[in-house]
Amino acid sequence: MIEIDKITKLYGSTCAVDAVSLTAETGTITAIVGTSGSGKTTLLRMINRLVEPSSGEVRINGEPTHAVKPHLLRRRIGYAIQGHGLFPHHTVARNIGAVPELLGWPREKIAARVDELLELFGMEPAEFRERLPLELSGGQQQRVGVARALASRPDLLLMDEPFGALDPIIRTRAQEDLRAIQRKLGSTIMLVTHDMDEAIRLGDRIAVMDGGELVQYGPPEEIVAQPATSFVADMVGDAERPMRLLSLIPVSALLEPGTAEGAPLPAEATLREALSACLWTGREAIPVETEGTPAGRVTLAAIRARAERHA
Amino acid sequence: MLWDCAPTSSVIAGGLALGAGLALGIPAGAPLRRLGGSLLGLAGLILLLVQGASAQLEGAGDLARVSPAAGAWCLLLVLMLLMADALSQLRPGPRARAGLLALLLAALAGLLWSGVLSDLSVMQEFASRKAAFRTAALRHVALAFGSLGAAALIGFPLGILCHRNASLRGATLPVLSFLQTIPSLAMFGIMIPILGWIAATYPAAQALGIAGIGFAPAFLALVLYSLLPVVANTVTGLAATPPAAIEAARGMGMTGMQRLWKVELPLAMPVILAGLRIVLVQNIGLAVIAGLIGGGGFGSFVFQGLNQTATDLILLGALPTVVMALVAAIVMDILVDLTRRIPERQP
Amino acid sequence: MILRAALIALLLALVLRPEVFTPLFAPFAPENGPVIYTRSSLLSLSLSHLGLVAAASLAATVVAVTLAILVTRPAGEAFRPLSRTITNVGQTFPPVAVLALAVPALGFGAGPTLVALFLYGLLPIFENAMTGLSTLPASTMEAARGIGLDRWQRLWRVELPLAMPVILGGFRLSVVIALGTATIGSTVAARTLGEVIIAGLLTSNTAFVLQGGLIVGLFAVLIHDALVQLEKYLARRSGRG
Repeated sequence: MIEIDKITKLYGSTCAVDAVSLTAETGTITAIVGTSGSGKTTLLRMINRLVEPSSGEVRINGEPTHAVKPHLLRRRIGYAIQGHGLFPHHTVARNIGAVPELLGWPREKIAARVDELLELFGMEPAEFRERLPLELSGGQQQRVGVARALASRPDLLLMDEPFGALDPIIRTRAQEDLRAIQRKLGSTIMLVTHDMDEAIRLGDRIAVMDGGELVQYGPPEEIVAQPATSFVADMVGDAERPMRLLSLIPVSALLEPGTAEGAPLPAEATLREALSACLWTGREAIPVETEGTPAGRVTLAAIRARAERHA
Repeated sequence: MLWDCAPTSSVIAGGLALGAGLALGIPAGAPLRRLGGSLLGLAGLILLLVQGASAQLEGAGDLARVSPAAGAWCLLLVLMLLMADALSQLRPGPRARAGLLALLLAALAGLLWSGVLSDLSVMQEFASRKAAFRTAALRHVALAFGSLGAAALIGFPLGILCHRNASLRGATLPVLSFLQTIPSLAMFGIMIPILGWIAATYPAAQALGIAGIGFAPAFLALVLYSLLPVVANTVTGLAATPPAAIEAARGMGMTGMQRLWKVELPLAMPVILAGLRIVLVQNIGLAVIAGLIGGGGFGSFVFQGLNQTATDLILLGALPTVVMALVAAIVMDILVDLTRRIPERQP
Repeated sequence: MILRAALIALLLALVLRPEVFTPLFAPFAPENGPVIYTRSSLLSLSLSHLGLVAAASLAATVVAVTLAILVTRPAGEAFRPLSRTITNVGQTFPPVAVLALAVPALGFGAGPTLVALFLYGLLPIFENAMTGLSTLPASTMEAARGIGLDRWQRLWRVELPLAMPVILGGFRLSVVIALGTATIGSTVAARTLGEVIIAGLLTSNTAFVLQGGLIVGLFAVLIHDALVQLEKYLARRSGRG
């Protein structure tokens, strides 16, 4: 569990982060969203003390971070940044093994961990181990950057715009991969982004920052349905709100018995996809199936009713 | 005349080789052909020199001397340039270049040791001053490499400090570039009274061999000249580390020292070595001037030769200096390439 | 600025009225020896020194820039690698060695000095001119072609002005080297300020060494500084600064 307790950063008389408190459960992704200058990156960097807080404290599993020397603290916290920050003169293997090397792991243990991570990220170890970062594609570099941050099985992974340098298609892939890997490993992640879509897609909880203050903290549904301030509403985007809301709800939530014409959707699909299918094919209802067997249907009327129920 | 200077058979052979070499080497195009041409031409030139010298000396008495005229030197220069050009176009890797250099030096040493050139006047000059030549060579090496070492010892820490501290950098670099502007003879000259004064004031310094004339002022002047390239290149190299890599290094919990040793210095190494290359080549040349203030080295031959208008003595000092500078440049280039872990992108 | 003015004043005084400094240099002169160099006037030595440097550097600039223009045209492309090799190899030749090697070929006096200064001065200027002319922004060159400038107009109105700061950088480098190498020229009987230093070295008269060293040093520093300022000005104007 990560507890951030009234943490503040002052630069002279300007307040970059103003008494922010939030708690993140172990095994969840917390997405910190805000415009540039909102203090989101400063907040993140205070957790691994790349920025020293002016007041307040951070506790990781109950232990205050200021009780540990900064460089020792950072070896326990993974850190992945925009533009990956790989060491250009080290091979992929040495890059991934950097933190275990700092922690003094034996060489065989590091090698085994490197191979394990490469496989987890879908990169053939024998092929990629000895390459230099320059010889990788942008997406591969980014994956190695995240693998490096996970190498020592850290208590917490901090990510600062980790997908910022990727083009849209690769970015979506990378987000899906991260979500899958996080589920599998049960990692605790705090991620900074300026992109509300990314926050909604990845976050179990979303923290919206504005002018150094935490203006809203809650699950994505709540952020979309009940924005606390007009700023949050702007971030969510008024016109997009119904769609965003629907994209958070699985079809199974509105499943009703019955049949319908046309191609079926899987039960894990979102209401947004169901709505899209209705509009595109001119149907009033879409058949739903779980693992290939018909499970019922979802109707356009039900979707509309669900979208209106937000308040 | 060419024809008179040697037995006809060897003149024809040498001349043909020389002509064919130039004909092959000069037209632009395949670098391998140019390389072959230059080697053939060199062989021809050497044959002519060897045969010509002994033929000219025949019956001319023990004191007679033969030296190649300007034409021969120009041909030598042209052929060497053709060879260098062909080699640089073939782009051999650092190890291949090291091998080639060793081969060339071995060939040169073999040529000198075998005695086939001993009839040339430079070699006779050398023969009569063997001991002095060895002392001068050692002194020249001590001056050039010693000052490089001292400059590196001072310059690296200073460069690292300058990298971390902007105000120190702002104060240091202009002073060092000011030092480089001062003409060498003036710098050597100004060292004399300063060191003379130190030696006169502190007997301990004198006991260490510090004196107004000789090795110490030359050494100190060279060190001062060397500081700018060492410090400036260290700063440039360190500053070129990608900011994201530094942020990541900090974020993963490297201490300042670990960051310096594991990330910044390895990445800066090619640029730092390039600075050392500049220093070494520059110091080998400047060390010649030490000859004027009694600092020894090949410069003493050059300036003695200039005083006595003895061309061979000038050559005896100047040729080894040039060879030493060229070899140093090639070796340092090889080292720079070897430390470049990141392959350079083809433009 | 004040420092610059003070240095210029000091230099002028040293060259024009050296006797003023007699008390200052006296402690360095041997007892009863001469304090101020009088065998020839410091002014005429300075002029001759600067004249040699100016002549050699200007000639080197004309030749080097012309060559650089030739090898950066499509027709001269084939010579570019060779010219690069020559520059690289040439710059490892120590300037003093070039000077010494010019003597057997040309005899003593100003001749070999001039030739050595010229030959050595070619290299930095050529290298910089080639860099300057071959790294022009592609969009500018495209625009120049687009508005209908012919090859000569492009060279004179676009390429050379844009490359000027870089070329000037090479010129500065070779002038500074030439100022230093010219000093050594007096060992081959060229009339330069080195004469004063060498006279001091030969007669163990530190006062001479200091006078000569100070004057040459001041010239070098001030000329270097002036050229740096000029470069900055030009770079600002051509938007490369």
